[in-house]
Amino acid sequence: MKYKIFSGILLFEILLLTTLAVSVSISSTKRAPALKANQQLVKNLMLTDLSLWTEARYSRHPSQADFFAPFQDVPAAIERFPSGSLTAPAALYKLSQNAASMAKISRPDR
Amino acid sequence: MNIEKHKRILEFALSSLFRQKLKNIVIILAYTLNVFIFSSAIFFSESLKNEAVALLGYSPELIVQRMRGGRHELVPLQYAEKIKEIRGVTAVTPRYWGYHYDPPVNSNYTFLGADQLPPEVLEMVEGSFFEQEGKDLCVIGQGVADNRFVDTEDIIPVLGADGKLHALRVAGIFTAKSTILTNDLVILKTADLKKIFLIPDDMATDLVVKVRNVNEVSTIARKIQEMIPDSRPIEKSQIIKTYEAIFSWRGGLMVAIFFGSITAFSILAWDKATGLSGQERKEIGILKAIGWDTSDIIELKFWEGLIISSMAFFPGIIFAHAHIYLLGGLIFSPLMKGWSSIFPQINLAPQIEPYHLIVIIFLTIIPYITATLIPSWKAAITDPDMIMRG
Repeated sequence: MKYKIFSGILLFEILLLTTLAVSVSISSTKRAPALKANQQLVKNLMLTDLSLWTEARYSRHPSQADFFAPFQDVPAAIERFPSGSLTAPAALYKLSQNAASMAKISRPDR
Repeated sequence: MNIEKHKRILEFALSSLFRQKLKNIVIILAYTLNVFIFSSAIFFSESLKNEAVALLGYSPELIVQRMRGGRHELVPLQYAEKIKEIRGVTAVTPRYWGYHYDPPVNSNYTFLGADQLPPEVLEMVEGSFFEQEGKDLCVIGQGVADNRFVDTEDIIPVLGADGKLHALRVAGIFTAKSTILTNDLVILKTADLKKIFLIPDDMATDLVVKVRNVNEVSTIARKIQEMIPDSRPIEKSQIIKTYEAIFSWRGGLMVAIFFGSITAFSILAWDKATGLSGQERKEIGILKAIGWDTSDIIELKFWEGLIISSMAFFPGIIFAHAHIYLLGGLIFSPLMKGWSSIFPQINLAPQIEPYHLIVIIFLTIIPYITATLIPSWKAAITDPDMIMRG
């Protein structure tokens, strides 16, 4: 009766995944105070970025950097910092945002 | 519906898979690896994205920088007075911050000026700060403390812009819970920071604009740019979208790096889709000859695909979960870290979203089962005699 063994294994796997899903919701409840404290930290210290990549100013504060900062040599140049070379879409996003805001300025009535 | 019949077909499918044990074990391992990579990338990037959105949702609504020659420059405090005149602006607060390179340990720190730390922030600091009197006190992040091997009351020497050495006394260290925000931070009193960076009294690094109605942020940003042409307003929504874009891109990059294994698995699935082996064709022919219907054969192949997929899918997801949330994304972390000499121990919030599971199913299980069903259906509708003759 191989199908019984298979069904048993399948049930066990589903149970394990369900347990993981339940543990996820329990852990998110447990983490809530720490998250709240960190949110207050962001609010009180007026922080704008996560402290993840400290190798260059534009990777430490991607949201505050100059538009061209990760591409100082030529646009889309191979970057000397690994994290800098990975910020391409964000930079493109900023450029499009900038273009949009410039368009708004040139047409203030709209 | 005859449930017994389905049970027997399932039993037959299992026996058929057992007959080619080694081949199927290899397929399951390759399949599990693919599910593991997809799931790890999704869990990692989504958790980071959610963490960024949850935290940076509390960052200032609007920040105003000054640009000169395309570069970020110190902003004159008189800009704050101009901005205050705009209707809808309730307050303009200058921020003082900057970077400091620490040569002995080859690390960059972020210095931030703050004259008051509210009780909520002080709860996250071991030691004290503003209760103490005196100059050159600082609160540092865990990463700075570990990097310099310092504890509270120790001294960190900092070379100021004036060429003088400033001895900062560590009054407190941020707890590990906040490393994602404070790992490289050094918080000083504003006067000390201005002294170290030689920031003139009438200048600030940038300005935080408080707006009465958040729906007006874009309008106010536009008015600021019209009023002060060399300003660059940055809205909170832009900050959040920047992080969303970065983490989505990184998730994609992680998958791209493991593209080889994904391609290998795709070739395997393609190989199955384009034709059955002689042995498999013969088996289908015999089954048809002894009276199995086409639907029975398709059901058999469906079960085979489902058995292999379920044996790979669940372990793949479970291993990915353990990899990201228990082992801290061991395989992906070098990609995340880049060349940072101090990187926080990120304790990501675990998550299993039904949407992500569906995405993984569509990327792995559905193509695999389809790849096994189509050639079997082709063989099953052919005359059994012809199939057996090859």
